[in-house]
Amino acid sequence: MYRYDSYDQAMVEARVAEFRDQARRRLEGKLTEDQFKPLRLMNGLYLQLHAYMLRVAIPYGTLSSRQMEMLADIAEKYDRGYGHFTTRQNIQFNWIRLEDAADILADLATVEMHAIQTSGNCIRNISSDHFAGAAADEVVDPRPYAELMRQWSSFHPEFSYLPRKFKIAVIASAKDRAAMRLHDIGVRIVKNDAGEVGAQFYVGGGMGRTPMIAPLIRDFVPIDQFITYAEAALRVYNRYGRRDNKYKARIKILVHELGAAEYSRQVEEEFAHLLRVGVEPPLAELERIKAHFAPPAFVDGPKTIDRSDPDFALWVDRNTHRHKHDAYVSAVISLKPPGGIPGDASAAQMRLVARLAREYSFDELRVMHTQNLLLPHVRIADLPAVWQALEAAGLGAANMDTIEDIIACPGLDYCSLANARSIPLAQRISERFAQTGRTEQVGELKLKISGCINACGHHHAGHIGILGVDKKGVENYQLSLGGSEGEDVSLAKITGPGFDEDGVIAAVEKVTEVYLAQRAQGERFLDTYRRIGMEPFKEALYG
Amino acid sequence: MDNDLGTSPDEVQFRFRDDEPVDHAAVTVDCVLEQTNATAVRIEPGDDARLLLPFLDRLALVEVNFPAFGDGRGYSSARILREAGYTGELRAVGEVLIDQLSHMRRCGFDSFAPDKRLDEQDAARAFATWENVYQRAADARATIADKRHEA
Repeated sequence: MYRYDSYDQAMVEARVAEFRDQARRRLEGKLTEDQFKPLRLMNGLYLQLHAYMLRVAIPYGTLSSRQMEMLADIAEKYDRGYGHFTTRQNIQFNWIRLEDAADILADLATVEMHAIQTSGNCIRNISSDHFAGAAADEVVDPRPYAELMRQWSSFHPEFSYLPRKFKIAVIASAKDRAAMRLHDIGVRIVKNDAGEVGAQFYVGGGMGRTPMIAPLIRDFVPIDQFITYAEAALRVYNRYGRRDNKYKARIKILVHELGAAEYSRQVEEEFAHLLRVGVEPPLAELERIKAHFAPPAFVDGPKTIDRSDPDFALWVDRNTHRHKHDAYVSAVISLKPPGGIPGDASAAQMRLVARLAREYSFDELRVMHTQNLLLPHVRIADLPAVWQALEAAGLGAANMDTIEDIIACPGLDYCSLANARSIPLAQRISERFAQTGRTEQVGELKLKISGCINACGHHHAGHIGILGVDKKGVENYQLSLGGSEGEDVSLAKITGPGFDEDGVIAAVEKVTEVYLAQRAQGERFLDTYRRIGMEPFKEALYG
Repeated sequence: MDNDLGTSPDEVQFRFRDDEPVDHAAVTVDCVLEQTNATAVRIEPGDDARLLLPFLDRLALVEVNFPAFGDGRGYSSARILREAGYTGELRAVGEVLIDQLSHMRRCGFDSFAPDKRLDEQDAARAFATWENVYQRAADARATIADKRHEA
């Protein structure tokens, strides 16, 4: 894992001091709320419906036991004893007092953490593949490249007042586990025919009210020009992204309006110029960072599992992922107990997970964009012990990528933008499918719920997506089908008129019945939908 | 030519250069393109700073206007001018606030004429916020990465 040196530590501490000073000037009336707002946002502090929310950055979703324990401490000391893991691999605390914010940032800084640029119109925390460094199919570990970008994008002098927020994901395998093409910039680290490492740039993807899949803008940027290219891509956006309308200000609109070819041409021009200027960090810096991500000392061990306990066997089948070392797996810790709140974890659960990481996973944890946690490197021999501990803490749900593994935004229970509640709907759906036993029957089915058009619950990318809207003061839910955030990325299409809360739950059941009746051998829900199209589902829903 | 355009030396609150400031009004970018004797120009957020590149030799003052502090186009304009070798005064004007000073300085601004005068102490603290920096920018400071790997 990356560890701060004295420079990184000083930067984070300088930020804490700066924020403390900003809060003081706000209280003294030297800053208006309008002037203070972007400053607090750039430190992760939102005003929600009932209280301030603090979003803490977890760069590329990687954290240590000590860091997870600090999150538990913060949940207890400053919040109500729990936290909420997000789709961008961060954590949010929902019940924060403004007066405590600077102290929390100071506490975070003691474990090399921060809330820098987790909000605001700037480059946000960089996300990545949750299996990075463990996946058998990766070209390289993408995290050193994400860390290089973290440093470049932190306190960037030119790009702190962009037209709109800017999200970057970095992956390094053909399989996309980070919704890479639904980001403002999606980077895939690749090797060319000569075996040289470089970066593919996809630019202009995003969800929100105008979902778009990012087109490929450049096939191969040599790795010693990586930051320069990113700088060029951002500069064109900073200069020409729309600022007249907040809803058209994301880079996806610029790329769409210019066309990918013209945007790419402008970036190439700026890139050629910046190469002459010389903004690239020395290549030795990437090498220094890479050393921090050297693989842990894996040891050989048993590769087979005693499957005599069917519950354990199910958990292994559902929640573990193939590791590059064959005596290890990556183990998903589900934060989706049937009837639970997707992504929430109590302080006690965080501490248990931290202990398991320390004992069984080289002190390392991951946050997944699916709002689950992950032990990246678990010896197959240790799986029974890990599973038993998780079971005892209510963290043993064997439901990764099933219909119970719902992504949901905070919705109207917390968020001031929401039109409808997301959490209670997720709770009812997962509970219902768990009770009827249909979860297993249906297999892989990604259900995603957003409580408003901003799409924080990724409904456009759900095999089944649900969007909450306000219909004359009543919550109404629109159903959509056929989205995917993976390498087979697609945007879901709306089925037709919306439903009330009970109605949309019944509709989800009907849709799965159509799938079960129509599926061919080995087909996932998404495959069947793509083969048979929308009509049979519409017929069942509205016919 | 609009004689009201631009800030006077009196309005400059912070200046990091020793030469005599230009003491006449600035013109618009369009004016610079049309006439050959202007030495001071004012860039609005929507202006393309690169249009000025053929005229940099005779410009002694470029003002970059920030009508609203949240519009960050002026940061790019400033860097583009410095990257092209402009060495004259680069003045941030308009809604220039404490918390933007350090970034503006890094982008090459060397004078500041905020609409509302800023608290001197707060400003001094803001200019000194970052003892070190991660990115290369117009101020030519050695970055953290440079320092980590200097021979």
